[in-house]
Amino acid sequence: MGRAMRRIDLQREDDFEEWRDAARALASADVPAHATIWRAGQETDDLFAEAAAVVSGERAAAFFVPRGFVDLARTVVCHSDPQRFALLYGALLRLRRNPAMLEDRADPAVRRLEDMAKAVRRDMHKMRAFVRFREVETDEGSRFIAWFEPEHHIVRTNAGFFVRRFATMRWSILTPDISIHWDGSMLSEGPGGARADAPDDDPVEEIWRAYYGSIFNPARMKIGAMLKEMPKRYWKNMPETALIPGLVAGAQARERSMVELSRTQVGGNGQVAWDALRAQAMSCTRCPLRHCATQTVFGEGPVDAQVMLVGEQPGDQEDIAGRPFIGPAGQLLDKALAEAGIDRAKIYVTNAVKHFKFEQRGKRRLHAKPNAGEIEACRWWYDRERELVRPAMTIALGATGARAMLGKAVTISASREKPHRLADGGEGRVTVHPSYLLRIDDRGRAEEEYAMFVKDLRGAAQEF
Amino acid sequence: MAQLDTLQKLEILADAAKYDASCASSGTVKRDSAGQNKGIGSTEGMGICHSYAPDGRCISLLKILLTNSCTFDCHYCINRRSSNVRRARFTVEEVVNLTLNFYRRNYIEGLFLSSGIIRDPDYTMEQVVAVARSLRQDHGFRGYIHLKTIPDADPGLIRQAGLHADRISINVELPTASGLSRLAPEKSSTRIEGAMQSMKGDIEDGHDARKRFRSAPDFAPAGQSTQMIVGADSANDGDIITTANRLYGRFNLRRVYYSAFSPIPDASAILPLRRPPLMREHRLYQSDWLMRFYGYSPGDVRDATNDAGMLRLDMDPKLAWALKFRGRFPVDVNRAPRDMLLRVPGLGVKAVDAILSARRWRRLRLADVGRLTVSLAKVRPFLLAEDWRPSALTDRADLEALLTPRAEQLELFAA
Repeated sequence: MGRAMRRIDLQREDDFEEWRDAARALASADVPAHATIWRAGQETDDLFAEAAAVVSGERAAAFFVPRGFVDLARTVVCHSDPQRFALLYGALLRLRRNPAMLEDRADPAVRRLEDMAKAVRRDMHKMRAFVRFREVETDEGSRFIAWFEPEHHIVRTNAGFFVRRFATMRWSILTPDISIHWDGSMLSEGPGGARADAPDDDPVEEIWRAYYGSIFNPARMKIGAMLKEMPKRYWKNMPETALIPGLVAGAQARERSMVELSRTQVGGNGQVAWDALRAQAMSCTRCPLRHCATQTVFGEGPVDAQVMLVGEQPGDQEDIAGRPFIGPAGQLLDKALAEAGIDRAKIYVTNAVKHFKFEQRGKRRLHAKPNAGEIEACRWWYDRERELVRPAMTIALGATGARAMLGKAVTISASREKPHRLADGGEGRVTVHPSYLLRIDDRGRAEEEYAMFVKDLRGAAQEF
Repeated sequence: MAQLDTLQKLEILADAAKYDASCASSGTVKRDSAGQNKGIGSTEGMGICHSYAPDGRCISLLKILLTNSCTFDCHYCINRRSSNVRRARFTVEEVVNLTLNFYRRNYIEGLFLSSGIIRDPDYTMEQVVAVARSLRQDHGFRGYIHLKTIPDADPGLIRQAGLHADRISINVELPTASGLSRLAPEKSSTRIEGAMQSMKGDIEDGHDARKRFRSAPDFAPAGQSTQMIVGADSANDGDIITTANRLYGRFNLRRVYYSAFSPIPDASAILPLRRPPLMREHRLYQSDWLMRFYGYSPGDVRDATNDAGMLRLDMDPKLAWALKFRGRFPVDVNRAPRDMLLRVPGLGVKAVDAILSARRWRRLRLADVGRLTVSLAKVRPFLLAEDWRPSALTDRADLEALLTPRAEQLELFAA
């Protein structure tokens, strides 16, 4: 064959058989891919009529290609890219030399065709999803009409889906390039249309919009996820999308009011809730400390207390009795509270970690400091306690208590002097843990530190 | 004004249903209406999402409650007896008409119906079944039906639900039995799991019957699923994964849905006021995926959790696992078995299968892998290719920092 360019005019944009016949003829004549120019869906002008005739005049010898290529080509033919016919023809020629070519899925040409097929399949899927019918009364009864703007030439290929699903309805789908009509037994094709050709309303759309607005949960906004699956270019033909800007704008306010409404409810059954929370904490398995400790030592005190004390963890005696701050440190705390003018019966006392962590030394169980993971695991209970008690003032005793209260590690010396604004609106103060006072050997310094501890407690108590 | 009435009811009863995560319409048998002179609808295996709400959730089914009146008092539920919400109740006919009207206009794939418990569990279940029966028998509806069943209802009624529905679900509600007894005092995990067990038996019987007699009716061909609420009780991610795995295994579930507890108006004081980060729910779904499609065991996923048994919010569980077991990497893209390629962060099932297919023909270079995956940057430190060796990279102490997305990009709408 010569080097002349071949122009192939296909009548339809989406006709696999038409492309196949032409490609088969060209391949049989060993026409290389770069010598072909493909056009589709245009009036054949005189200038190229001859070229088309040459192609159809060449009788093709049949040859076989893998099934996978036929499926791929059927789909790719529907793509809107004008290059698709030439790309497929190029692939066909390579395939004759190497029938396994398609299996090399990292090959750039194979990849490109697969990506095109994927785009077509996605467009077909979106058409099945986003076509919206409107009902109109006609002489023969009701008819359902939709206006849709696909990205690729998929309408004819996709018609079967609508026939299978809506076989007993009479319907039409109008698009810019083509329209399809189903009368209950026959599918027919017509020319493309305009949006104005479709009805402009349907009373059921109001109900559908009401559903769309109600099923959406304002407490969980994920606009990116919505846009990824429902790109904006589809919006104009979907009645519910008009609601989206309003739903998005109002969502934060709606969530806030949901939370505020739920806050005002606390109090009435706060004690019931606390009892249930404590009961559940008794069987907590959030960290391994439960294996060694005797029991969970939950906080105690009135659920409507103004002041909350948060310590580190229960000690040996607390672990056995199941109540916080009753051992030597607890007794020292009671003494200091009394001197600071605070009634322990009116405050809520709890610990950052609710199981006793220890090292066994002979018969003695020696306190071991809880690690960050254990404090984090137990935080869930502390947070729930805070939500129920909602103390105006929280006093953290020691670094672990301060870590639970502030949500980060701090040093006592740096955080002791100033008040802290807590996430839930309360105020927090940091001071030492009473067990620290018990460990100071120097008597003079111990008394000095104790006096400062009482001063811290009194200072916090004066705030309310 | 009859229609306005339906509209108001719809607003109340759709609002009440929005806390259910599932809206799937997939996994059922193929049916269609071609050549039929009555009825409507089709199912073709793959579900279709007909719309998406700003919460990112797919709208595939008309998801409503038959009524939001309820004799139960579950604390996490907006419809509990002691809540002050407005109550409404659809008639069977109203639900049937709504479903058909939406379906004809191509808004939905079908119906997901559940209900508050009115009068008693049997009566409620009868009403739910009546909707499905009317759709199937009176109107020849061949679309998708998902029915939420009530574990305390008579097993005979639940079986009838399975004859009409594609999918049946029974919610375990909470990942721990202690959480359930605290938050849903009238429910019992024994009864819920008993109902799931008998549903599993019915589905298997139906399947056997179909094998022997072609005329045997389908029984819940899309299987059963369940949902659990995350963040309302003390269970950590490790507990939740363990529970989910047990449910998948024991009851042959198609799906376990995780629903991050969200604040509800008029909430009970027992509930936490703040919701867990939505990212937590997302990480649980990712770990669910790893167990179902990537060959991870529950132990593998638990290995990816931190000291408190929680999945990391700042990276996906697959990456967390890979960083923890760096010794297993890099993986040779030209030689590694499928199960090891599936462990490479950034390689999905499709990419792995494409690699396996392509490498039969030639040795793959990094650029080849790049054409098969979305992010080469994520894959690179864990992979060996013909022209690529990440030797220094896998050992770098700051690898984690290199691969962790910046914190502020994490979740735009986090709490």
